[in-house]
Amino acid sequence: MAYSEKVMDHFANPRNVGELPDANGVGEVGNSRCGDIMKMYIKVENNIIVDVSFKTFGCGAAIATSSMATELIKGKSVDDALKLTNKAVMEALDGLPPVKVHCSVLAEQAIKAALSDYYRRQGIDPEPIVGKIPEHDEHDEACGV
Amino acid sequence: MINKVYADNAATTSLSKEALDAMMPYLTEYYGNPSSLYSLGVKSRQAVENSREIVAKCINAEPKEIFFLSGGSEADNWAIKSAAQLCAKKGKKHIITSKFEHHAVLHTLDALKKQGFEVTYLDVHEDGIVRPEELEKAIREDTALVTIMFANNEIGTIQPVKEIGEICKKRGILFHTDAVQAVGTIPVDAKEIGCDLLSMSAHKFHGPKGVGALFIRKGLRFDNFIDGGAQESNRRAGTENVAGIVGMSVALKHSCEIMSERNSRLEKMRDRLIDGLLKIDRSRINGDRVRRLPGNVNMCFHGIEGESLLLSLDLKGISASSGSACTSGSLDPSHVLLAIGLPHEVAHGSLRLSFSDNNTEEDIDYILEVIPQIVSTLRAMSPLWEKIIKNEKNI
Repeated sequence: MAYSEKVMDHFANPRNVGELPDANGVGEVGNSRCGDIMKMYIKVENNIIVDVSFKTFGCGAAIATSSMATELIKGKSVDDALKLTNKAVMEALDGLPPVKVHCSVLAEQAIKAALSDYYRRQGIDPEPIVGKIPEHDEHDEACGV
Repeated sequence: MINKVYADNAATTSLSKEALDAMMPYLTEYYGNPSSLYSLGVKSRQAVENSREIVAKCINAEPKEIFFLSGGSEADNWAIKSAAQLCAKKGKKHIITSKFEHHAVLHTLDALKKQGFEVTYLDVHEDGIVRPEELEKAIREDTALVTIMFANNEIGTIQPVKEIGEICKKRGILFHTDAVQAVGTIPVDAKEIGCDLLSMSAHKFHGPKGVGALFIRKGLRFDNFIDGGAQESNRRAGTENVAGIVGMSVALKHSCEIMSERNSRLEKMRDRLIDGLLKIDRSRINGDRVRRLPGNVNMCFHGIEGESLLLSLDLKGISASSGSACTSGSLDPSHVLLAIGLPHEVAHGSLRLSFSDNNTEEDIDYILEVIPQIVSTLRAMSPLWEKIIKNEKNI
């Protein structure tokens, strides 16, 4: 499997790794059965994502897409973060092998899950804004997207 | 990063200098077709027949029982498909195998199932070893063929092929063994095993890629796999890969000559590495510790995923694999590790390190220095590891 230099760079030197103690939005997607779990932490102030971090269990692409996704939303408005697509994450990494495209989907979903949690904590129903996020199901038989 | 430590010899090995030197004349001045009558052709013919004798001797077979072909997958396909067709003529359409065969065997059986064959998959238990008594129980009136590997390619466990061979002989059932991981690595004696068919591949013992052989017990007549010219006693058409065949025989001969001394050295290295890696919190060795190939180490580290472990090792110059090279690119965890009962999330975190004569104690030192650091870095960023630790605290 050939990864781009950017993927390898984000894998070898992941940005924004770890927990964010003062996060006001935390989301987790994926499941261990399929071999990927992504957990995103965001700190939102005045509608701006002032800080973001991640923890990922998964392959090289899962780690690299998580890292890239955090970079792409850091300092951005919540609205901009909501618009982040898996395609943008892939493009920023100079592409992914076809079997790894689902990792970028997971990264997009992880951000949306964190934003949903943020809205929930604000007393706002996230579904009309963020949309539905696939259930985090440990017994899901179908892996990949 | 350069390849500092090559620890993936179960995937392939480097071509030995002896094999390359022996091959070179057949890639240059001796280019004759072995089927041609003039001297240049005869020179190639002699090289092929001489190689056949050497390969036969290494597995205690007769030269006419050795058929050269393109490698392990072709050998498995030919052996299983043709044996199945032979038995189907007698109305026997049941095949017994194990759950953790190589895909060259499992996918061949899938193809046969579509043609109406029935397949029974024997359990390989937690230790990765087939039980002969379970084979006996699985045999039916219409059992045509038993195909069980000599040694597993991922976890290196060695199967009781001699007992299996005895059972098959007693019950009049054909026995094929995929010995790709065994030939050149551990002693293989076709007569002693009593198998009818045995697959081997040159690039697993420092021979070239693209060449292998199938042992077919004399007297066993079945369909050809590739039709065409009269090569390989009319059994496998196609102009012989002369240089490849010569390289295979030279590499195998050398591998068998140094086998006993090399294996005692590799076993010591293997055991030291396993002991060292087991010191890592929540790590496990997959497959029986004793009945395994001398150069095979297969471990799981809870809370991390195999590919990120491999990429991290590669950044440190260590070439290894997670599962087998043939399944990388697939999202599913290894069927071998699932067969020995590991849950999916643990099977995702496997690492296979496989060694050959080229590896040294320094390689083991370096691996033991690097892996604990990588495991701890990956665990620090793993939400699964966080859960494992948290759950344990709750208990």
